[in-house]
Amino acid sequence: MTTAHAEAAEGTLPHEPEKASLEGRNKVLAFWLFLGGEAVLFGTLFATFLALRNQTNEGPSAAELFHLPLVAAATLLLLVSSLTSVFAIQAMHRGNVAQLRNWLLVTVLLGLAFLILEIYEFSVYIRHEEFGMTTSAFSSAFYTLVGFHGAHVAFGILWITVLIGQLMHKGLTVVTAPKIYVSAMYWHFIDVVWVFIFTVVYLLGKVG
Amino acid sequence: MDWITTVDHKKIAILYLWAGGLFFGIGGLEAILIRIQLIKPMNTFLDAQTFNELITMHGTTMIFLGVMPVIFALMNAVIPLQIGARDVAFPFLNSLGFWTFLFGGLLLNLSWVMGGAPDAGWTAYTPLSGKGYSASHGVDFYTIGLQIAGLGTLIGGINFLATIITMRAPGMSFMRMPMFAWATFITSAIILFAFPAVTVGLVLLTFDRILDANFFNVAGGGNPVLWQHIFWIFGHPEVYILILPAFGIISEVIPTFSRKRLFGYSSMVFATILIAFLGFMVWAHHMFTTGLGPVANALFSVSTMLIAVPTGIKIFNWLFTMWGGQVRFTTPNLFAAGFIPTFTMGGVTGVMLASAPADFQFHDTYFVVAHFHYVIVGGLVLGLFAGLHYWWPKMFGRMLSESLGKWTFWTFIIGFHLTFFVQHFLGLMGMQRRVFTYLPNQQFDTLNLVSTVGAFLMGVGMIIFLVNVFLTSRRPADAPEDPWEDGRTLEWTIPSPPPEYNFKQTPLVRGLDAFWKEKMAGHKGMTPAEPVGPIHMPSATILPFLMSVGIFIAGLGFMFSRDEFSSSIMSFLFNNYIVTALGLLITFGSMLMRSLFDDHGWHIEPEELEGR
Repeated sequence: MTTAHAEAAEGTLPHEPEKASLEGRNKVLAFWLFLGGEAVLFGTLFATFLALRNQTNEGPSAAELFHLPLVAAATLLLLVSSLTSVFAIQAMHRGNVAQLRNWLLVTVLLGLAFLILEIYEFSVYIRHEEFGMTTSAFSSAFYTLVGFHGAHVAFGILWITVLIGQLMHKGLTVVTAPKIYVSAMYWHFIDVVWVFIFTVVYLLGKVG
Repeated sequence: MDWITTVDHKKIAILYLWAGGLFFGIGGLEAILIRIQLIKPMNTFLDAQTFNELITMHGTTMIFLGVMPVIFALMNAVIPLQIGARDVAFPFLNSLGFWTFLFGGLLLNLSWVMGGAPDAGWTAYTPLSGKGYSASHGVDFYTIGLQIAGLGTLIGGINFLATIITMRAPGMSFMRMPMFAWATFITSAIILFAFPAVTVGLVLLTFDRILDANFFNVAGGGNPVLWQHIFWIFGHPEVYILILPAFGIISEVIPTFSRKRLFGYSSMVFATILIAFLGFMVWAHHMFTTGLGPVANALFSVSTMLIAVPTGIKIFNWLFTMWGGQVRFTTPNLFAAGFIPTFTMGGVTGVMLASAPADFQFHDTYFVVAHFHYVIVGGLVLGLFAGLHYWWPKMFGRMLSESLGKWTFWTFIIGFHLTFFVQHFLGLMGMQRRVFTYLPNQQFDTLNLVSTVGAFLMGVGMIIFLVNVFLTSRRPADAPEDPWEDGRTLEWTIPSPPPEYNFKQTPLVRGLDAFWKEKMAGHKGMTPAEPVGPIHMPSATILPFLMSVGIFIAGLGFMFSRDEFSSSIMSFLFNNYIVTALGLLITFGSMLMRSLFDDHGWHIEPEELEGR
C-alpha cells in the first residue's frame, strides 16, 4: 500500500493498479464469485438444452438448421476479442492509456460484429426456416441458451463502452483500473461459455 | 428518507428485520386461515381456489420473504461486528440487495389484489403451473416476483462471502472465526451455487407462460420432470440455506450461556462444510415417486441419509457444550435448548422419508408436512427467536423483557408441538396434503382440531413477542456493551447499538472467542491493531432504491405484455413493451449514474471519535 501510494504520487500507477486498493481487491474477488454463480446459471441452461435438444416436435432439427461456416466465423471473432482484451490489460499494466483504450475499442467492435452475425443467424432461422421460440422444446431451449449468451455479449459491449468513456474522462486510476480488469474477466467468461455452446449446440447438433 | 438511502449494514439489518417481519406476519395469517379451514371436516370457510392460493402463498412467503430476510437481518447486524470489520465489502450492493428483495416481495403479494394469487403450490410443479391449469396471472407474479427477490439474495450472498474472506480483523484466521460467521460464510456459498439454478428455472417457466415456449409443455416436446430437477437442485440446498444460520446461532448462544467454549469447534466447522456439500447431492429425494428408477432412488436415498452424520455431530457437540457448564436459561438459551430436541425430531423423520420405499407411503401426506415444519419451524424459527433475543440489545440498545420472552417461548413451543406432532399421525393414517377439506369419520377430525388449536397458540406466542418488542421500544436505550456479561465474541466489545463506524480501532484477535480470551487474561477490552485515525465511510445513495423500482416496473410490464386492455393507451404501453423498457431504462440509467459518478465517501476524523 505505501509503495503504491508513493508511486501514484509520482504520477505513475503501481504495476497492478486493479489490486492496489482494498476496494479493488474486493471487486476482483467478488467478481470471481459472481462468475461462479454465472457458471451454475449457464450449466443449468446447458442441462436444459441437452435434455431437450432432440425434442423437435416435427419442426427443424439441429442438423437441418445449423450452418457451420457462419458459426465458425462468429466463433473466430469472439475468440480474437478475448485476445485483444488481454492486450488491453497488458497495456494497462504498462500504464499505456492510449493503447488500453484502443485495444478495448477493438474488443468492443469484435463483440459487436459477433452480435450482428448472431442476430442475422436468428433472423434467417425465424424468417426462412419457420423456427421460432414456440416451434418446439428444442427451439425454446436453443433460443434461451444462445440468446442468454447473446444478451451477455450485448451487456458486455455496453459496459466496456461506458468504461472507455470513463477512462477518457478520468484517466487510469486505482478506481477505474479494477473496473476494467473485471470487465475483461467477464469478457473471457463469455468467451469460454461460447466455446461450450459451439461444441454442445452446434458441433453436437451437426454430427451428434 | 434516511432509511431509503442508507448503506450502513446495521440500518439495512433493521430494514430486513421489519420487512421480513411484515411478510412473516402475512405468511402467519395465511397459515391461520388454512388451519381454520381444516378445523372440521367438510368446512366451507374457504373455497378450493382460495385455499390453493393460501397454501401456495404461505409456503412461498414464509421461505422467501419471511425467514430468509430475518436471517439476512441477523447476518447484516452481526457479521461485520463479529469479524471486527467496519462494514461489509460492498455497502452499495448491500442496500441494492435489500431493495430488490423488498420489491420482489411486494410484486408477489400484489397478486392478492391484482386478479388472484399463485395457486400451483410453492413448488410450482409443471404442468399445474403452466397456462393450461393456471390461466390467471397468479403464477406470473410467482415467477417474476421470486426472480426479483432472488436477485437480492444472490447479491447478499456474494457480499457476505467477500466480506468474510477479506475483511476479518488482524489475527482472526478462519479457524478462529465465530460459528455464526462460519455458518454465514457457508450459507452464502450455497446461495451462490443454488440460486442461479432457480433463476434459470423461473426464466424457463416465465417463457413458457408469456412467450409460449415449450420447456415443460409435453405437446411441444417439453418435459415437466425437468422443472422438478431444476427446482429441487436449488430447492434442496435452500433447506440448508435456511438451517445452517440457525445452527450458527445455536452455536453462539449455547457457549455464552454455558460459560464454556463450544465443544468440538473444528468438527463443527467441518460438519457445516460437509452438510453444505451433501446438500447439493440429494435433490432427487424429493422425486422418488416420479419414476426415476431403483438405481437413482437408492443412490439419492443413501446420500440423503449420510447428512444425518454431520448433523448428529452438531447435536452432540451442543449437548457436550452444555454438559458441565454453568448453564443459565435466559430467553435466548431457552430457545436454543428447545431447538435441540425439536430439530432432532425433524431430523429423524427426515431419515424415515429418505428411505425410498417408505417414501412411497409418506409421499404427499401430512407426514411430510409435519417433517418439514419440524425442521423449519422447530429448527429455524426457534433458532431465529434465540438469535433475535440474544442480539436485540446489540441491534437496538435495549434488552427485551425476560419474563415476556419466556412466555413467548412456552406458548410458541407448546403450540408448535400441538400443531405439528399430530400431523405425523394424520399423515400415517392417510390424510393428503394440499387438499382443502376432508370427509368426516376417517379419524381425522379430532387431530385436525388439535392441530388448529396449536396453531392459534403459536399465534399467541407471536403476539406476546410483538408486545415485548413494542414495550421494549418505549424504554430508554441503555443496554451495556456486554449485556449478557458472558459475551465471547467481538460484537460485545463495542457499544450497544454500535456507532456508525463499529470499531474506533480495529481489534487484534488472539484466539477463538477473542473477547472471552481477553477477559480470561484479565483485560477489560481488546488490544487495538491500529492507531486511532480518520475512518473512511461510504456516502448514502438513492440509486439502489431506484434500480429496484426500475426492475419492479419492468417485471410488471413484461407480465402484462400479452394482455388485452379495454383502454387503447394501456394496450399500446404494455403490448409494445414500452413499460418494460421504461423500467429497464430506470435501472440501467441508475447503473450508469453509479458508474459515471464516483463515490468518494467521507471521513470521520479522530477528534470526532474522541468526542463521543
